[in-house]
Amino acid sequence: MLEARDLACRRAERVVFAGLSFSLAAGDALLLTGANGAGKSSLLRLLAGLLPRADGALLWGGEDALADRALHARRLRYVGHGDALKPALTARENLAFFARLHGGAVEPALAALGLSALAELPARVLSAGQKRRLGLARLALAPAPLWLLDEPTTGLDAASVQRLGALLARHRGAGGMVVAATHLPLPLPDAAELRL
Amino acid sequence: MKGWAALLGRELRLALRHPADTLAAVLFFVLVAALFPFGIGPAPEALARLAPGALLAAALLAALLPLDRLFGADAEDGSLDQLLLSGLGPAAIAAAKALAHWITTGLPLLAATPIAAAMLNLPVEAWGTAMAALGLATAFLSLLGTAGAALTLGARRGGVLLPLLVLPLAIPSVIFGAAAIEAAAAGGAARPYLLLLAALVAAATPLAPLAAGAALRGE
Repeated sequence: MLEARDLACRRAERVVFAGLSFSLAAGDALLLTGANGAGKSSLLRLLAGLLPRADGALLWGGEDALADRALHARRLRYVGHGDALKPALTARENLAFFARLHGGAVEPALAALGLSALAELPARVLSAGQKRRLGLARLALAPAPLWLLDEPTTGLDAASVQRLGALLARHRGAGGMVVAATHLPLPLPDAAELRL
Repeated sequence: MKGWAALLGRELRLALRHPADTLAAVLFFVLVAALFPFGIGPAPEALARLAPGALLAAALLAALLPLDRLFGADAEDGSLDQLLLSGLGPAAIAAAKALAHWITTGLPLLAATPIAAAMLNLPVEAWGTAMAALGLATAFLSLLGTAGAALTLGARRGGVLLPLLVLPLAIPSVIFGAAAIEAAAAGGAARPYLLLLAALVAAATPLAPLAAGAALRGE
């Protein structure tokens, strides 16, 4: 469904990676590994359409995935380094904003990451791990076929990693695809690995 | 449209939670206007002669203050990535930002206009025109400033670059705005100047968000 052919990425005249090819079918997961600066985050941003590709092709169902950027944006969820939270808004308000953008219900998404009890707190007072969970709760809002996760388990405790594992399993069970960059073991059984 | 309204609503809610930013711009405006009587002396005729230009300059400088954080905070915490992936076009994102900037900075300045106008000895008959002119001029600046903020996003010393980029482009709004207030103070017709000012806003309304959107996409 998602196919990358000879992707190359250049940042500030430096080639980060080149000649990268892989393909993902419904339910597949791809783990990106490699040293710091190998281009894992750049590849995820490139797959999201946030970064221009220097060369190669990105295909969705055989057609150019980035021809219609708004359409491509709607079929993916991206969890980057930042959690995209506003410190002055409560956890519920932060998530409700994304629910209005993507659709979906706020309360079940909060519950899916064990955040129901924290819903009324301003994001400013949440711990780093709780902020991360709130960022991940966006995944539980409305379904989208492709999840792009950049170090999703940073700062998470074991129970939260399990919750994320359940979300990932449900997503893949429904035919969703996952591309995740990580240094830590992720709850993604039989994921292919791409070493950058 | 629902996503656009959500973004605008979030911007306004954030401004309500951080009223200090709005308050700072208003106080800056009043203080700049208050500096003129000290520099020029309290001669009422000299002050009234300067009042139109001083009001415009003070309002534009005050409205510039919060502009350098317009996209900066969102770029740092990852919100900008999420907005660009929300399915909203980049130009629509910029338009929401510009409107939110005007509502949270331009409109509050109008409330403080009578205070600044009184300190500058502007005749009371011209206060209404002054508010209309400042409203339009700050709207023009919000639009230009949004494009400027998008262009200088990620640039080193972007906060210094932004006024250098935006203020020269805002000169027409100072000319027409001051002319409108002057005409009203002299008992003449301010309407033609206000219409010219409105034409500037009308031209910038589609162009500035498009330019800002192109800059955001290039990031």
